[in-house]
Amino acid sequence: MTEVGAAQGIDLAIEGPEPEAPRRRWFKRERREALLGLALVVPALVIFCAFIFYPFLKNFELALYRTAPFPGLPDTYVGLDQIRDVLGSSQFWNSLTITVLFAILTVPIGIGLGLGLAVLAHQQLKGVAVYRTIFSSTVATSVAVASVIFGTLFNAQVGLLPWLGVDPKIPFLENPNMVLGVFPIALVAVAGVTIWQNLGLSFILMSAGLQAVPDDLLEAAEVDGAGSWSRFRNVTLPMLSPTIFFAVIIGGIFAFQTFGQIDLLTQGGPDEKTNVLTFFIVDELRGQKNAGKAAVLAIALFVVTLTLTLFQMRFLEKRVNYER
Amino acid sequence: MSGVVLQGIGKRFGDVVAVDDVNLEIHDQEFLVLLGPSGCGKSTVLRMIAGLEDPTEGTIRIGARNMTDVEPKDRDIAMVFQSYALYPHMTVAKNIEFPLKSRNVPKEERAAAVKAASASLGLDELLERKPSELSGGQRQRVALARAIVRQPEAFLMDEPLSNLDAKLRVQTRAELVELQRRLHATVIYVTHDQVEAMTMGDRIAIMEAGVLQQVDAPQTVYDEPANLFVARFIGNPPMNTITGTLGREGDQLVMTTAAGAAPLPPDVAAAAARDGVELAVLGVRPEHLLIGSEGALEATVTVIESLGHERHVICHLADGEMVIVRQAADVTPPAAGSTVRVAAAPEHLHLFDAETGLRVRP
Amino acid sequence: MSASPVPVDAALLTETPRDAVFFRQTKARRRRSLRTFGRYTLLSVLAFLVLFPIYITVVNSLLTPEQIASRPPTLFPTDPTWGTYGEAWNTGHLGEYLKNSFIMTGIIVFFQLLTATLAAYAFAFLEFPFKRLLFVVFLATLMVPFEVTIITNLNTVVDLGIYDSYLGLAIPFLATGFGAFLLRQSFLTVPRDLKDAAALDGYGHLRFLARVVVPLSRPTMAALAVFAFLSSWNQYLWPLLVTKDDKYRTVQIGLKQLRNTNIDQINVTFAGVVIAIIPLAILLLLFQKQLVRGLTAGAVKG
Repeated sequence: MTEVGAAQGIDLAIEGPEPEAPRRRWFKRERREALLGLALVVPALVIFCAFIFYPFLKNFELALYRTAPFPGLPDTYVGLDQIRDVLGSSQFWNSLTITVLFAILTVPIGIGLGLGLAVLAHQQLKGVAVYRTIFSSTVATSVAVASVIFGTLFNAQVGLLPWLGVDPKIPFLENPNMVLGVFPIALVAVAGVTIWQNLGLSFILMSAGLQAVPDDLLEAAEVDGAGSWSRFRNVTLPMLSPTIFFAVIIGGIFAFQTFGQIDLLTQGGPDEKTNVLTFFIVDELRGQKNAGKAAVLAIALFVVTLTLTLFQMRFLEKRVNYER
Repeated sequence: MSGVVLQGIGKRFGDVVAVDDVNLEIHDQEFLVLLGPSGCGKSTVLRMIAGLEDPTEGTIRIGARNMTDVEPKDRDIAMVFQSYALYPHMTVAKNIEFPLKSRNVPKEERAAAVKAASASLGLDELLERKPSELSGGQRQRVALARAIVRQPEAFLMDEPLSNLDAKLRVQTRAELVELQRRLHATVIYVTHDQVEAMTMGDRIAIMEAGVLQQVDAPQTVYDEPANLFVARFIGNPPMNTITGTLGREGDQLVMTTAAGAAPLPPDVAAAAARDGVELAVLGVRPEHLLIGSEGALEATVTVIESLGHERHVICHLADGEMVIVRQAADVTPPAAGSTVRVAAAPEHLHLFDAETGLRVRP
Repeated sequence: MSASPVPVDAALLTETPRDAVFFRQTKARRRRSLRTFGRYTLLSVLAFLVLFPIYITVVNSLLTPEQIASRPPTLFPTDPTWGTYGEAWNTGHLGEYLKNSFIMTGIIVFFQLLTATLAAYAFAFLEFPFKRLLFVVFLATLMVPFEVTIITNLNTVVDLGIYDSYLGLAIPFLATGFGAFLLRQSFLTVPRDLKDAAALDGYGHLRFLARVVVPLSRPTMAALAVFAFLSSWNQYLWPLLVTKDDKYRTVQIGLKQLRNTNIDQINVTFAGVVIAIIPLAILLLLFQKQLVRGLTAGAVKG
């Protein structure tokens, strides 16, 4: 007994039999909790394993077999030959280039436009909520919807471009010419459709980011003498950098997964000038019935996407400011 | 450096009147404290001086120039925000430099000014750190450095001490006053803490519900509160207020309360009669009350609070009104539950008109 | 009490006459209203540009083919042809497509919520072996693009006998790593004390989940539901691969079909497009807040 205890005169001697303690089940509780935890996670895990991990890994096996040209014949094991052939083909490199060009076209412009609209709609004007709803409205459109609308607008015969006085003889989607010597016009047209369709999402994302910029920082900058542009560059943009970073990463990933627009608008043409990787894969699978080649392409797609994302995270994240 | 003058300043948000007809002159090199409870409009007044809000009516002059429609950046004022508002992605040095950079001050001048400001506030070793690496007190000093680097006409401070812990607050209070003296700066300081107001201000401007109540030196505000609100707001424990009616007892004007009749000093009495005051409130500070055998007022002791260096004797009058008496620790306290008589010297009595709340002035 | 007892220097008062002050104020005010007008104009122009394609679609869905082909173009349907909608619905099978989309999306949203809730509860409140590893596995699913899995998934679905069925349409999407991540974050904000209080009151885990955690996390779950609805409704690739005719076709694939069979009847195609947009438009209007929340989770800190 300590001095403090003694000073209070506490008596530690208990008289009589010790009272019975309630039953302790500690050991069993941990076991039950662990089982429950695993059980709750299993449903999702089953789906993941069956439809994500297994297919992903199976690609590697499929890539090693050259699919028979006629159904019913067995596939031949060729080892790495098929991989080498496919990845070395000009068709593949064309597809990869087209996919990258597409991403370059859609991601920066999409984010820039979304940001611009978000800044304009962020002001304290009466009725600005209406504009905000309009700017987010393309979220209600899907790739199919946007493609069908624009596809019809772009159509040479029945299309509506003649409205605007555009020469009906060279429609966007069948135009073999190039913009800036780098971008096929058809790709630019599809990119335009994609940017429009993604505008709503980009606007919503950037608006949310703008909301998070603290008001008193902007006021301090105002008092410190910074004009609107200076405030935007020195306060708003740095505070927005996490959101922009997120948009770039996600935008990049989505750009590499583009399929619907190509399927509905150009079917990979003209002359394979819009043959993005995903379309290439589906075409090999469904059209050419070449599962082996498709598997190689699928692995390539995964590697490219992963590399791109890691690259962006490594080099871009440095410039992102997470301080608050 | 010169003064700030507010003429007829008012601010309305829709139907809500946040600030109503404020006329205030802040002298050059004065430390003026805008004091009041939350929502009284003091921050709104400060923001209007800064130019972050536009007044619905009235004019603002800074340094004798009419600045009512001028942008904040052209008003030559600096502001310290409650949250400090430091740019999180910039180093301390860049934070301090920012106001100068915005005004295109040449590089050498900027560097010199930053160096001076930083030395002035003891920030030399922290210049390359980011705000997130600093303590609250350090951040506050950076905010101050950013404000002084431009040597503006006036400094506006919006509750800058409220985010500091109590001990740091006391220390920083003294440092702020010393800084103001050293820089010969005009400071307009907003707070809800009356201790800060009393200890730091050359004058205190008290606001309530958008209206300016009184503007005077701290001691004057304490000794001669202009109305009931000020009387109750300043002082801890607050001034005791006892309601009653005025009537004649013989040739003397006397205040009849639930606790008994209190004689009034002749000049106050005369003024009350002149102003036709009937229902009144008697005010007297806890340290001016004496518990003894003779005293005009009768009260029952309910709780005795012992603070070590002094004692607060909390009493209740017959009608339930509470009266607090401050006693030195070495005085024998009354027994809890006992009935006592309370007295005060006439010069320590304040009389307020119960209807208008205004102090009766002789 | 209105006037304060502070005397203001009378000399200053007479320096600038009231008229001059007033004039200066109105000039500034006029400048400001011009700026505001400019802002509204810019916003309106941009809004018009954004809405233009949808506007064209709606207008043209109500015109006859002759009106569509006319030059100068018809900008407003003075005599709307409502028949196009009927035709899209019936001959164009859009009614069936809508039904299929709703069923597929309903299944997906339900199961995503269910699996995500159960998994998130386990990650937030329970201890079990390999917990950290399993969470990483959940996040890893976000790294594998769907297109990479289609080859085998198609075979799996055929082997299971669910090719061209509702289950086939939904099955790869019944669980989502994003959902588990989002809900886990939300569940973690439930105060520990509540769990302890519930335990003392005799609530087991599942009752606690159903009666306390879920109600508290309703906003986040709504956000997840809206997000899941949006992404499944707009699915294109998988429904294309997994359906072979109109029986189970969804609206998105149905649009392709509609367009191909109505090449010279754009108005019908456009009517179909409008029908396809309407459910999402309603969703957006009703659940704007939840939608924003779901879309921006992870993007904005704080």
